[in-house]
Amino acid sequence: MSETGRIIGLHLGLLALLFALQFVLPAYHHGNLARIMVLASYAIGYNILFGYTGLLSLGHALFFAAGMYGLSLTIQHAGFTAAPALLTGLIVGAAVSAALALLALRTAGVAFMIVTLMFAQAGYLTILYFAEYTRGDEGFVIQAAQRVLWGFDLSQPTNRYFAAFILFATCLLVSLTLVRTPFGRTLIAIRENEERVRMLGYNTFAHKLAAMIISGTISASAGAAYGLLFGYAGASFASVQYSIFPLLWVLLGGAGTVLGPFVGTLFMFYLIDLSSGITTAYMLIAGVTLVVLTLFAPQGLVGELRRRVWRWLP
Amino acid sequence: MTLLSTRGLTKTFAGLQAVTNVDFDLPKGEVRALIGPNGAGKTTLVGMICGRLAPTSGTVTFEDRVITDLPAHKRVQLGIAYTFQITSVFPRLSVRENVALAARRHIPKPDVQAAVDSALERVGLKNRIDEDAGNLSYGHQRLLEIAMGFVQQPRLLILDEPTQGLADSEIESFKALINDLRKVTTILLIEHNMSVVMELADRVTVLNFGELLAEGTPQQIHENAEVQAAYLGKG
Repeated sequence: MSETGRIIGLHLGLLALLFALQFVLPAYHHGNLARIMVLASYAIGYNILFGYTGLLSLGHALFFAAGMYGLSLTIQHAGFTAAPALLTGLIVGAAVSAALALLALRTAGVAFMIVTLMFAQAGYLTILYFAEYTRGDEGFVIQAAQRVLWGFDLSQPTNRYFAAFILFATCLLVSLTLVRTPFGRTLIAIRENEERVRMLGYNTFAHKLAAMIISGTISASAGAAYGLLFGYAGASFASVQYSIFPLLWVLLGGAGTVLGPFVGTLFMFYLIDLSSGITTAYMLIAGVTLVVLTLFAPQGLVGELRRRVWRWLP
Repeated sequence: MTLLSTRGLTKTFAGLQAVTNVDFDLPKGEVRALIGPNGAGKTTLVGMICGRLAPTSGTVTFEDRVITDLPAHKRVQLGIAYTFQITSVFPRLSVRENVALAARRHIPKPDVQAAVDSALERVGLKNRIDEDAGNLSYGHQRLLEIAMGFVQQPRLLILDEPTQGLADSEIESFKALINDLRKVTTILLIEHNMSVVMELADRVTVLNFGELLAEGTPQQIHENAEVQAAYLGKG
């Protein structure tokens, strides 16, 4: 089989498996997997900037929250139905990521990390400040009646799983396509050696700007979907913790691999889920596992798989 | 016809004059060597020509257009290709992808593969095409760097110490490569290896302490007493 054939086969195979699983999984894991697919979409967005372009952002919670609040505030206060609210979430996410990109991309390295972190904290504080509308830390529930998209009630588990699946499949295929285009390959080259790319005649600033907008918009789509599918919006989703999560998921799964974000999210979710069933000190188990993985699979699970077995993995 | 010229080009780093008031003209089709002792300002001068460094004062003109304020990538798009003094390939990408990146910006998609193949054929790296560039020997990475330069079909190819670290046999094939390329492009060569300069250059420009010291044919430069004193050593 050709390389392209294998790549398409593997990714479509995963999607087919996830589609089929909804018919066999018990309710508990069914719900978990829907959540994992949404969070993995967030990680896919993060991976485009961090894994493929080499820009370490500590502020992606801002984009996730922009999508989530763009959707939920318009539902709550402007009386939007689900579809236009979802679109608003995406537009707000794209606008916020473009604005932050224009400012943050004037810096590089550690300064970039700090600038993104600070802006995300400013976003978090803004949500707390406008508690009258956002209900701050406590957050607010989006009623089941408001979570009907094109006639599908997304509070109902099967519909929710299917919606999460569609979101994840879209993000995965966008990511897969993107990194195989000349544009995506230029991003990878920027990650490897930006100065050289510039001296090959590419406008590296424009490439990084586009990468950050795509990354932020995908993250915002996950945030909006999270609000819509699970019916809740709260300031904790804008906190620094939610900027660190996608970094962890991507590092564990394999930065700069298309499947890494999903594998990392799945692994981390069930690691915490299973270890908390054994002991209340579950973070200890999670922590030790993470240390072991970082020591023995520094390129992440999918990254190691690519290094050792499947060199063709995108 | 003059392809490139600089007028009064000056660069100061924190009070240190790295390049002072350089007026430099490069006619189309020439192979020009730029020589000078270490620290003479050669890399700084070409850095200002290709846009990696902003000059403190002075102008750069390329094909009758003043490009002093253009960012580097725009100058490259106009046809100035620069190969780095310190090898700067993409080590974790394949040899093919390294050259394809250089080619893709201006060559239509269906023709990229053929351009990559022919560039690698020319530098003798065709059989290493699928290897990671980081696995190549230093000399081969230099050749890859040169392939990335000329696959852009530049109007001006700037090579910054291309033979540094090459074996004698590799230097011979480098000379043959430049003699091949001189038919299609103008070349500015920063070079320490005098046999390369004497054999390849149509004319030689000498920099010393950031200033233009002399200019002439390789023979004239070889016989120039000032150059001998500054560069080749007194005696």
